[in-house]
Amino acid sequence: MTTTPIQRLTRRARELLPPAGVITDEARLRTYECDGLAHYRVTPALVVIPEDTGQLAGIVRACAELGVPYVARGSGTGLSGGALPHAEGVLVVTSRLRAIREIRVEDQRAVVEPGVINLDVTRAATPSGYYYAPDPSSQQVCSIGGNVAENSGGAHCLKYGFTTNHVTGVEMVTPDGELVRLGGDAPDTPGYDLLGAVVGSEGTLGVVTEVTVRLTRLPEKVVTVLAGFDSTDRAGAAVSAIIAAGVVPAAVEMMDALSIEAAEAAVQCHYPAGAGAVLVVELDGPSSDVDAEYADVAQLCEQNGAFEVRTATDAAERALIWKGRKSAFAAVGRISPDYIVQDGVIPRTALPEVLRRIGELSEQSGVRVANVFHAGDGNLHPLVLFDDAVEGAGQAAEEVSRAILDLCIEHGGSITGEHGVGADKAPYMARMFAEDDLDTMQLVRCAFDPDRISNPGKVFPTPRLCGERPGRRRGVHPLQEAGLAEVF
Amino acid sequence: MVATTVTVDGVAVGRVERPTTTAEVAAVLREAAADGHTVVPTGAGTKITWGLPPHSADVLLDLSGLDGVVEHEAGDLIVTARAGTPLAQVQEQVASAGQRLLLDETVPGGTVGGILATNASGPRRLLGGTMRDLLIGVTFVRADGVIARAGGKVVKNVAGYDVGKLLVGSYGTLAVVTECTFRLHPVPRARRWLTAPVGSGQEAHALTQAMIHAQVVPAAVDVAIDADGRGTLTVLLEGRPDGVEGRADVVRRLLGETAESDHAPEGWGGYPWDATATERDVALKLAFGISGLGDVLEAARGLIVRGSSGAGVLYAALPATGSDPADIAATVERLRGVCVHHRGSLVVLDAPVGLKPALDVWGPVPALGLMQRVKDEFDPDRRLSPGRFVGGI
Repeated sequence: MTTTPIQRLTRRARELLPPAGVITDEARLRTYECDGLAHYRVTPALVVIPEDTGQLAGIVRACAELGVPYVARGSGTGLSGGALPHAEGVLVVTSRLRAIREIRVEDQRAVVEPGVINLDVTRAATPSGYYYAPDPSSQQVCSIGGNVAENSGGAHCLKYGFTTNHVTGVEMVTPDGELVRLGGDAPDTPGYDLLGAVVGSEGTLGVVTEVTVRLTRLPEKVVTVLAGFDSTDRAGAAVSAIIAAGVVPAAVEMMDALSIEAAEAAVQCHYPAGAGAVLVVELDGPSSDVDAEYADVAQLCEQNGAFEVRTATDAAERALIWKGRKSAFAAVGRISPDYIVQDGVIPRTALPEVLRRIGELSEQSGVRVANVFHAGDGNLHPLVLFDDAVEGAGQAAEEVSRAILDLCIEHGGSITGEHGVGADKAPYMARMFAEDDLDTMQLVRCAFDPDRISNPGKVFPTPRLCGERPGRRRGVHPLQEAGLAEVF
Repeated sequence: MVATTVTVDGVAVGRVERPTTTAEVAAVLREAAADGHTVVPTGAGTKITWGLPPHSADVLLDLSGLDGVVEHEAGDLIVTARAGTPLAQVQEQVASAGQRLLLDETVPGGTVGGILATNASGPRRLLGGTMRDLLIGVTFVRADGVIARAGGKVVKNVAGYDVGKLLVGSYGTLAVVTECTFRLHPVPRARRWLTAPVGSGQEAHALTQAMIHAQVVPAAVDVAIDADGRGTLTVLLEGRPDGVEGRADVVRRLLGETAESDHAPEGWGGYPWDATATERDVALKLAFGISGLGDVLEAARGLIVRGSSGAGVLYAALPATGSDPADIAATVERLRGVCVHHRGSLVVLDAPVGLKPALDVWGPVPALGLMQRVKDEFDPDRRLSPGRFVGGI
């Protein structure tokens, strides 16, 4: 009797992992069928939950040997189906790899396992006066490994940058089972910046087993401003004025009337009554700088028509302001049974035009769209509302959603600012990039994973055939062999 | 096509091509691919001798004519420039809107493409990072002449692989960059350089640690140490006038005696070697975990050292004239050992061409096998700046 690769892999998994870490029971497999984007569902053939990074590396190596596709999954909070399982593959769950191995304040670095929760890095560093800057809104549950895969951002990336700016090194298992270190503690590791390619590659270049991150000094002062405007145009003008004044806020968030309504219904955030738009502007840094910037921001909001400006200077007041913004996604559930979240980006200056066009789309189609977004960097999060129980409503919402992405591309933006391409937006890649662009990106894929076993089917609409790999060199370099060079 | 007696780091150049558009670059590369010719891209040529000499340079691709700012969207804080544009020209153009590209000009005249290819950085890397942190979009031509793009014109963008980062610091061995889009920052309203004397590596270490842990958000913390181990530590503060004044008080308390200026001190941000000298020094780049600063400086005693102590990147000049190559190689290895011990690396950026064969220029490179595979995918015939980079790439 012949055995299938997945059967052989299951046997290997049982040798490598304790029984609890190997899941083959159909009902339990089904609990892993989706990530945060729940309308894509695939039941994996096998789920493994390694207890240490050695087991993790062992599983990937076994997949490489047997040619079995694998998908890595952290906390499963992704919003693009990046951790959508493969039906004939294994889902490698990193949720038990939660050790924070080192906090070294004198180097401003932390070394963590991939399953460590984002916020736990900050919690561990805070007693020393430090934190981990990237703060995706799922930071209480999302994992660092997932952040590395998605190059996660967050509200504060306007000033502090993304995961890629804060991860200085990883240890990873490549799709052919090799354990490699990319980057490290120190900057500018000699050679190609493979780390820069791996961060944000959505698990298609391998699985990280350890991550070294930069720790950032906690700011001396944080001030959060909430300003109410009668329209998104006015709020947008205020944002432009703040940027033009040379202020770099830690965060600038905007919500429109519909998303405010949803947030009020859900968490009673008591945002300014009757506002057509609110801005949340956070300033952080040394006290005297923050005070000067705050004076500017308050004045610019008022000059641009803010009818109410509130200021929070302590943690409790800040939390109150952020409550409405942070609850926005969940809150739309109060006003609509179903919704699609988009993540397109536009040049910030195109905001008024794009918002108007979204309004028109909504009007023409009868599909409601609530707008919540990172206004400072033009990252939209339109929430397209629909009721799946109504026939055709889902499709109408999909169409509006697609049209919004087209608007982003038309304005020179991106189809995704932080959620990733995943399974969801792979078809849109060909609208944003030319065939040669995608072909070139896949040269990187071919170098790492010519057989496409690492998270196959994600990111790229059409896989590139990697050919016969004429140049793959595993042993001695030809120059060395020819005696032309000794040391590399 | 120009007939020439030009050389690149001692290697004879077959011919020089000077394209002025991306399409022309593509035409040159297609032709070179058809002829099996090697191609070495260059900008202003200020760092063309960095790394190892190429094995061959059939075509020197001079990109200095591919210059100019293509687009500056002040409201979006972005600028797009052709690769051959001098950094200074980009700065001048965006300054009109009160903005800057947060990169230091470490060598006068350097182009954005050249800085990209070598990942050159200066003191302000502590605040803004390096090229990899500021490049948001790139247009390039592959070895086979295909034009491709990655990234885009918006800062926040996770669509597709970040090929731009692979090109940063690739020394012209993967593709020829023709256009770059960068994020910009506002020019600060006030800035202050505070300089304090340091008597030893350990003192520089202690003051650096004090600066980065204080809540003064320094734009730069760098050291300039002379051969006797003594020198200065300079802190740059940028921001609002009130803010800078308030933070300067903190810095003064921590540093003690300081000299202060609203302008950069003489030589600040430059390398410790004279690139124009006829007898080139051996130019070293030392990177390390910042807790290793004291040890690295002690080990480098006797050399002139400059660099960003706050970021863990220093540059040292090792005089080549009159020294035995074996002694120089031994010094390089000794210093490399200290950097590696502190989780870093040492690269010989430049050296007299006759000396390079005696030195391990790049040192040990982790994941070299993967890098070879990336090279093989992008440039399977190994025609772009062949031999200049790590592992014979």
